[in-house]
Amino acid sequence: MAYVTHDDAQSVPLAEVGEMELYHAKSWVTKYVFSQDAKVIAIQYSVTAIAIGMLGLVLSWLIRLQLGFPEVFDFITPADYYQFITMHGMIMVIYLLTALFLGGFGNYLIPLMVGARDMVFPYVNMLSYWIYLVAVLVLVASWFVPGGPTGAGWTLYPPQAILSGTPGAEGGILLMLISLALFIIGFTMGGLNYVVTVLQARTRGMTLMRMPLTIWGIFVATCLALLAFPALFVGAVMMTFDSLLGSSFFMPAIVEFGELLDYEGGSPVFFQHMFWFFGHPEVYIVALPAFGMVSDLLSVHARKNIFGYRMMVWAIVVIGGLSFIVWAHHMYVSGMNPYFGFFFATTTLIIAVPTAIKVYNWTLTLWQGNIHLTIPMLFALAFIVTFVNGGITGLFLGNVTADVPLSDTMFVVAHFHMVMGVAPLLVVFGAIYHWYPLMTGRMLDETMGQFHFWVTFLGAYAVFLPIHYLGLLGVPRRYFELTDISFIPDSVQTLSAFVTVVALIVGFAQLVFIYNLIVSRTKGEPAGRNPWRATTLEWQTAEVPPGHGNFGETLPVVYRWAYAFSVPGARDDFIPQNLPPDQVPTDGSVS
Amino acid sequence: MFVAIMLVLVAVGTVVFHFLSPWWWTPIASNWGSIDDTVTLTFWITGVVFVAIVLFMAYCVFRYRYREGRRADYTPENKKLEWWLTGLTTAGVVGLLAPGLFVWNQYVTVPEEAHEFEVVGQQWQWSYRFPGADGVLGTSAPQNISDDNPFGLNPDDPNSQDDILIEDDEVHLPLHKPAKFLLRSIDVLHDFYVPQFRAKMDLVPGMVTFFWATPTRAGTFDILCFELCGVGHHTMRGTVVVEEESAYRAWLQEQPTFAQSMTEARNGAEDDSRENLKLVLGEAEAGSTAR
Repeated sequence: MAYVTHDDAQSVPLAEVGEMELYHAKSWVTKYVFSQDAKVIAIQYSVTAIAIGMLGLVLSWLIRLQLGFPEVFDFITPADYYQFITMHGMIMVIYLLTALFLGGFGNYLIPLMVGARDMVFPYVNMLSYWIYLVAVLVLVASWFVPGGPTGAGWTLYPPQAILSGTPGAEGGILLMLISLALFIIGFTMGGLNYVVTVLQARTRGMTLMRMPLTIWGIFVATCLALLAFPALFVGAVMMTFDSLLGSSFFMPAIVEFGELLDYEGGSPVFFQHMFWFFGHPEVYIVALPAFGMVSDLLSVHARKNIFGYRMMVWAIVVIGGLSFIVWAHHMYVSGMNPYFGFFFATTTLIIAVPTAIKVYNWTLTLWQGNIHLTIPMLFALAFIVTFVNGGITGLFLGNVTADVPLSDTMFVVAHFHMVMGVAPLLVVFGAIYHWYPLMTGRMLDETMGQFHFWVTFLGAYAVFLPIHYLGLLGVPRRYFELTDISFIPDSVQTLSAFVTVVALIVGFAQLVFIYNLIVSRTKGEPAGRNPWRATTLEWQTAEVPPGHGNFGETLPVVYRWAYAFSVPGARDDFIPQNLPPDQVPTDGSVS
Repeated sequence: MFVAIMLVLVAVGTVVFHFLSPWWWTPIASNWGSIDDTVTLTFWITGVVFVAIVLFMAYCVFRYRYREGRRADYTPENKKLEWWLTGLTTAGVVGLLAPGLFVWNQYVTVPEEAHEFEVVGQQWQWSYRFPGADGVLGTSAPQNISDDNPFGLNPDDPNSQDDILIEDDEVHLPLHKPAKFLLRSIDVLHDFYVPQFRAKMDLVPGMVTFFWATPTRAGTFDILCFELCGVGHHTMRGTVVVEEESAYRAWLQEQPTFAQSMTEARNGAEDDSRENLKLVLGEAEAGSTAR
């Protein structure tokens, strides 16, 4: 075996990092409401994202009620159903996951983990949150305009998105496009902060290759978002023009219900290219922070260094780069030039290699570890299972030929829920159980945590595994009901009813989790400092929860990588990144 | 121990479900068995990887569970192992991709002898057009669409005149004859899919898309719209009847040509043009709101 030493006793003397001028809040309002402290902004982002995420959850229940028991809940009309699936998808992907991973975890963890006092542009960071909040409110407002929210599907494909055969074509679609544009403006403000802070505000000794993988994941994801979101922004603006001003970016000559519309020469497929140029990196905007965080959870709770750190970093970077040249694998049957299929199938399957390496390295981190089966560890294990499951079904859909019968079936629905719904959310849960003690000083309740974990993991798996097989059978997605289809047996309805019941139970478990978050805030067991005995800087602050400015009088100096667990010769099974080499307690066996 | 057992159960349960599941391909009725083979191959390769990884995790969770005084191994990297795993994964990916691209090449290469016909989609119904005796479909444009000319054919194009129009959601196709499906939408995106054929493609307004397939089994199959096309998406259905060529020919003979339908429309218009217009407008309105 080739050992690689991680120069763990050597400080890298960088040029002195200048202390930044911090904004000191003068009133309650500037401290907790219009706050410029990244930690407060992180909480604001997280609470807002979880709140709108609960709406997304409720929508999923309504969708499942219709699918599981059609004709029983006759207050759900086809228009309602298409509005539910559209808003559920958009809320979960953009307003929950993107906002929570980057706005929530990014804001909280970046300054703390790289050893900075705050983000480099605190004022812009504050604006980022408030614009995000406005975007959320505009989105919710679409329920209160005539025609209700858009039912165009979360992909918002024109021409139907802005034509009268689709619900919400009056006002809902415009509010959706405006909300997305606002979200992107707000995100850009936050995203520039995250990138510049990682590049410029790391403390002495925190070289790029000593950063925790959490930061690598969030950093690369933010770079992707900054490059990918503009495509969606421009697409949204152009579609707004098509709808309001009668331009024809995406609209060819169309006869709608017998009437020739005043459009000519536009291309609907052009929108799909713009949407997926954003949409595919978006998958990794959600996945890469999850990759990073789960690496740290596994390492801390298995008391073992992450296996193959450098390979892990490069895998994140390579996946991020490749994610920009695979977008048209969402469009194999879109009517684009069919020869594109060769190129995009190849790039898509290549991305499986660095992704598989990450999976191997996670499992090899467990190997020869000393595994504490804490709640965060359980969620991390469940993430690997669901991510591998969801990842391999991507090899069906990415391999252009196999995609032909499966595209637009329930197989696709099962695939993306498993890989970018269930898997990243399991990391979100694990990360919240892991970092809640830092944010509040108290532990989350273990019993409720066990209940939450098992119901969520096994339940979500039982929901989405069988749905793949419905897709294989040929059950289409986005169908209000499946009446009179000769190849669909009655057993499909039985299975759908089963899935609905399980989904409702999983949904209930999330309420227990929310309850746990609220109650443990005051009643949880005091966590003390560094309850998980982690090495990274956020646990080495002067006070817990970390105060204004994060660290005490002086910023920490970093001497080693983030994964000094169970180092031979050391007394403890972890060595904090900022512990000077001459102060590391030894076990006496080696001098 | 419990966690390890649960992980094993997830792996084993997934495999058992896979083999016992009554939900599987509907029996194929076209030449695209090679697509099924690609999917089956992918199931095997990825299934082995999935089971191996989950079982390995279960082993680690059991074997290396926390023990007081145990110390984890300290091995930051193992380049040899990492390169081996990278190499094996690459081989697996090539094994999936190569047959996939091979079959795709067939999918995008329409056989010379394929007979062409056109599928027209609109919210929320299907109709069809076959070339007449000249074997060529006439040109069309949305601007030509009217009550008398719902397909929007160019009345000045000589190729249009003998085109056979089927204003009904049922279409017939001859057995064992490769067919090139030309797809045209006059309003929004649709997708023509017969699950038994395994082949599909979107209909995109403003362009004509295509795919090809050879029906290999006689029978009546459902056509479903597979691309969200508005509030009536799930009701947009059709039927394809696959039958011997003689029966197909007989069916085709009974269908009107464009020239015939235009003549009929002109005659009819003299009597009740006003009635007709009212009827059509009423229908369109009902279609846009009620469904």
